[in-house]
Amino acid sequence: MGLSGQKVTLRYTIAAEDFISAGEASSHVKKTLNKLGIRHELIKRFTIAMYEAEINTVIHASGGEAYVEITPEKLMVKISDNGPGIPDIEKAMMEGWSTAPEHIREMGFGAGMGLPNMKRYADDLAVESEVGVGTVVTITVYLS
Amino acid sequence: MLVRDIVKTLDAEILTGEENLELDIQAGCGADLMSDVMAFVKDNVILLTGLINVQVVRTAEMMDIKVVCFVRGKQPTEQIIELAKSKGITILSTKNPMFIACGLLYKAGLTGRGVWD
Ligand SMILES: Nc1ncnc2c1ncn2[C@@H]1O[C@H](COP(=O)(O)OP(=O)(O)OP(=O)(O)O)[C@@H](O)[C@H]1O
Ligand SMILES: [Mg+2]
Repeated sequence: MGLSGQKVTLRYTIAAEDFISAGEASSHVKKTLNKLGIRHELIKRFTIAMYEAEINTVIHASGGEAYVEITPEKLMVKISDNGPGIPDIEKAMMEGWSTAPEHIREMGFGAGMGLPNMKRYADDLAVESEVGVGTVVTITVYLS
Repeated sequence: MLVRDIVKTLDAEILTGEENLELDIQAGCGADLMSDVMAFVKDNVILLTGLINVQVVRTAEMMDIKVVCFVRGKQPTEQIIELAKSKGITILSTKNPMFIACGLLYKAGLTGRGVWD
């Protein structure tokens, strides 16, 4: 399998409150990108960012959806949820800022590093959110 | 530092992933919060953690981390070991607590830093 000019799209449902299966979408994307022969370093950056966003929909919203688009130019994933939304995105982007309760920290999340990590690893990161409506995170890594 | 020597240094038990014993590890990352691990950029890393759940293995998978060591003698569930096995990730368990485990590896020469360390 190789990327010969065409577009590959993938869709996933991220189950609500399912901490065990959280990350399966990112894992499947990683496998797919490996098969497509994408450069390792780019796969790593893309899937870490996607995994952070996937985990966020599980721990902060009640699950969501992921839509992945792979073209010869770029890797793109849009992760959307109908959760509580983020009141102050600027604050949420700061290293160490987290509203995760104690039981989430006990599961290894809540360092307040997820969004900063997404920013660090993605070439482009867009966070759109409305309180009471939901959040859409778009992560892009360019291939060229 | 070879995984084989890490096992000796930590007096660790190998729970899965004997195939990685000859891998050369350049740096260690000790953390209980997974996003802290994901902020650590470096190849050929061993992850030491006191956290026991499947997301540790997922994090290792995303980070291309091939060796995970659980500290304080914690025993992972069969589900964790099976997931690691399917991803080709070695799982070790040491009775040493985090601070001592990190210190032993550092003293033995595993002194590599992460990119933003
Ligand atoms: N999908 C989302 N829905 C609602 N709130 C969110 C969402 N994603 C992030 N947030 C808010 O932004 C904060 C910061 O997110 P970030 O991912 O950086 O840290 P965290 O998830 O709290 O901890 P970590 O990612 O380090 O485990 C969260 O604590 C939460 O308040
Ligand atoms: Mg997060």
